[in-house]
Amino acid sequence: MLKDKVIQYVLWGSAATSILIVALIFIFLGKEAFSFISEPGIEKLFSSRWVPVSFTLEQFGLYPLITGSFLVTILATIIMIPFGVTGALYISEFASNTEREFLKPFIEILAGIPSVVIGFFGLLVLSPIVKSLFGLNTGLTAITGALLLALMAIPTVISISEDAIQSVPSSYKEASLALGASPLQTSFRVVVPAALPGIIAAIMLGMGRVVGETMVVLMVTGNTAKLTLSPFDSVRTMTATIAAEMGEVAFGSSHYAALFWVGIVLMLITFGLNVLAQQLLKKYQMR
Amino acid sequence: MPKKEKVITWVLRLITYSIVVIIGTILFNIVKNGLPVLSWEFLSQPPRRSGAEGGILPAIIGTIYLVSGAIIVAIPLGMATSIYLTEYASQDRFNRYVRLSIITLAGVPSIVFGLFGLGLFVIFFGFGASILSGSLTLAFMILPTIIVSSEEALRAVPLSLREGSLALGATRWQTIYKNVLPYALPGMFTGSILGVGRAAGETAPILLTAAAFFLPKLPTSIFDQVMALPYHLYILATQHPEVHKVLPKQYGTALVLVLLVLTFNLTAIFLRGHFRKKYKW
Amino acid sequence: MVNETIKLESKNLNFYYGETQALFNINLQIPKNRVTALIGPSGCGKSTFLRMYNRMNDIIPGTHHKGSILIDSDDIYLEKGSMDIVSLRKKVGMVFQKSNPFPKSIWENIAYGPKIHGIKDNTKLEAIVEKSLRGSALWEEVSDRLHQNAFGLSGGQQQRLCIARALAVEPEILLMDEPASALDPKSTTRIENLIRELRENYTIVIVTHNMQQAARISYYTAFFYEGKLIEFGETEKIFTKPDQQQTEDYITGRFG
Repeated sequence: MLKDKVIQYVLWGSAATSILIVALIFIFLGKEAFSFISEPGIEKLFSSRWVPVSFTLEQFGLYPLITGSFLVTILATIIMIPFGVTGALYISEFASNTEREFLKPFIEILAGIPSVVIGFFGLLVLSPIVKSLFGLNTGLTAITGALLLALMAIPTVISISEDAIQSVPSSYKEASLALGASPLQTSFRVVVPAALPGIIAAIMLGMGRVVGETMVVLMVTGNTAKLTLSPFDSVRTMTATIAAEMGEVAFGSSHYAALFWVGIVLMLITFGLNVLAQQLLKKYQMR
Repeated sequence: MPKKEKVITWVLRLITYSIVVIIGTILFNIVKNGLPVLSWEFLSQPPRRSGAEGGILPAIIGTIYLVSGAIIVAIPLGMATSIYLTEYASQDRFNRYVRLSIITLAGVPSIVFGLFGLGLFVIFFGFGASILSGSLTLAFMILPTIIVSSEEALRAVPLSLREGSLALGATRWQTIYKNVLPYALPGMFTGSILGVGRAAGETAPILLTAAAFFLPKLPTSIFDQVMALPYHLYILATQHPEVHKVLPKQYGTALVLVLLVLTFNLTAIFLRGHFRKKYKW
Repeated sequence: MVNETIKLESKNLNFYYGETQALFNINLQIPKNRVTALIGPSGCGKSTFLRMYNRMNDIIPGTHHKGSILIDSDDIYLEKGSMDIVSLRKKVGMVFQKSNPFPKSIWENIAYGPKIHGIKDNTKLEAIVEKSLRGSALWEEVSDRLHQNAFGLSGGQQQRLCIARALAVEPEILLMDEPASALDPKSTTRIENLIRELRENYTIVIVTHNMQQAARISYYTAFFYEGKLIEFGETEKIFTKPDQQQTEDYITGRFG
């Protein structure tokens, strides 16, 4: 019985580690970002110019980075919704068994392709296409990043939406079919509305992935920190800013602390998206 | 089926398969351009002239070290957590906090893990940019994947096996060890492999905690910096002074990385199907 | 209840699933080496009550109880001396409604309990396996395939294997939760015959929804209704001239 108690405490300790890590993430982001509050002052974050390296005046306005992330995320979401939701609907409602056996692992493979490889492909193949298609000076734009990010988020959207669709009670479907509705009408009028909370959660989790993705945006969105909402402009996201600049800053400098602030904002956004999505999913599993 | 219905079904099919075509295009592009570069020399030699010549051996080794380190930390920790959550903790407050933490961790952007690893391991613990810092950072990143899939495997073992064992006077741990884990472990490992595949392909977390731009020597201790495949690809593709000259090396690196990650994923997908068939309760 | 030794006793026992009370103030004395049947409509608390005796309800989160249960006059919840939960469950074997063999060989299924309780010697284990299988009238059927997976057995055989598995740790009491409800009539008869043989050496408490079965195999019967013990007495009396109207209604099939 003593051995049992010891093992139980060890397991408890392992479980507690997850709580500890989350706490440490917040603590260490806060710790490194803290100095910025007094010098140069937290209000400096609320401006529209990010010029962290300058001989005259360093500026740490987060707005262009936030709009950069926002723009890319919204575009990617608009692109991933039709593909993700249609894919999930098709796989769970219309595909034959053989098709499903092939489609599901294939889409899982997509989820496994490293983001740096997707970015590499975007750089070499997609960005020249975007450039010539829209007659731009450069193919490294928000829309290029959004297309690739949508692709990366699609597996998440598909697998979670599919779970939601699968868990619609078959009695709903049967009732609709028995009333003479076609399979397609049943899908769109009964199944999709019933699965909607789960599908929305899936989209939110997909968005979470997009906001947090680093390598693709770093490689293909042009890395220009300017305030814009045009899909064809170069932008710089929060993630790319951290990745690109953290390697070159002096530890403890204002720039260093500002990058941790970027991390905090990023963390809060993804945390919010996740918690909301989980609430939706939970509501839905209660049924 | 009316004509309109048929058309709409075809549109759905078309959209779904367009995803497949895009994935296929990416893989084909990488394989077609990467395959000619693959050679024994490319895999077994260190890079020369900052990657313009030679191979990618240190990057392969570096990735293997980082991933192994992550496995050593994350798999025991993740499995132990999942055992606690499914077998011991009931619906108490601690359990709810652990779950909230896991959900939170699963959503933390990889670059934020990088920042965290930088702040905690590199600076606070003074491990510097090293295999140790990078492995620990990756370990915490893949922890949620391992916990969630291990839990799923544990829950698939029927309650009646636990009751049967407890009723014979087995303690809780004896029951878990002898009558739950043997049937859950294959599934637990399968899920873990997916997490490992993810760790091998990630760049952002190691960017700030472990990766070196150009380091032709192999590491000798866990406090050494290392090259890593994803980072090497990133550098060759965007930071190299002669980007176009090293294009074949880029494709070769991309192919090796994709092969490595896909091996993990396909193994996991295959094994999962296998075990699902084996244990149908 | 004249001249009987009391083996199991519950005193003022109340049991709760969270806020919901499932058992109400149950006082019951179960005699040694007899078969006692617990009957009643489904949801009446008879299975819950049975699971009190080996503290199986402990594993359900959010449950608690008031009152006490005694085995040979020792309180099973006191956790003192020879009455910790492991020794309790060693002393009180259980057979479940749905047979639950472990996905191991027949031999491993039987040896599981003894091994857990520290028997390592292989010859000893061999002897226990044979004795237990003989005890559950399964030996003749499986002696030539002891090392095959238990899932290969028929439903009735699986249930007798589970009984053998319970016997292997040499319990004094056997709890059976509708052990034959999932079986065909022939297998049910075998299980009933087995129970008749076992009652010589064991105190058996059996939950059943089958009144004929209770009448065939038990010496005493307790009737439960809505979490309360309505009546307890010799089976013959309960089935012929019960004291309570509710019992009579149930026996005669007016509800349940």
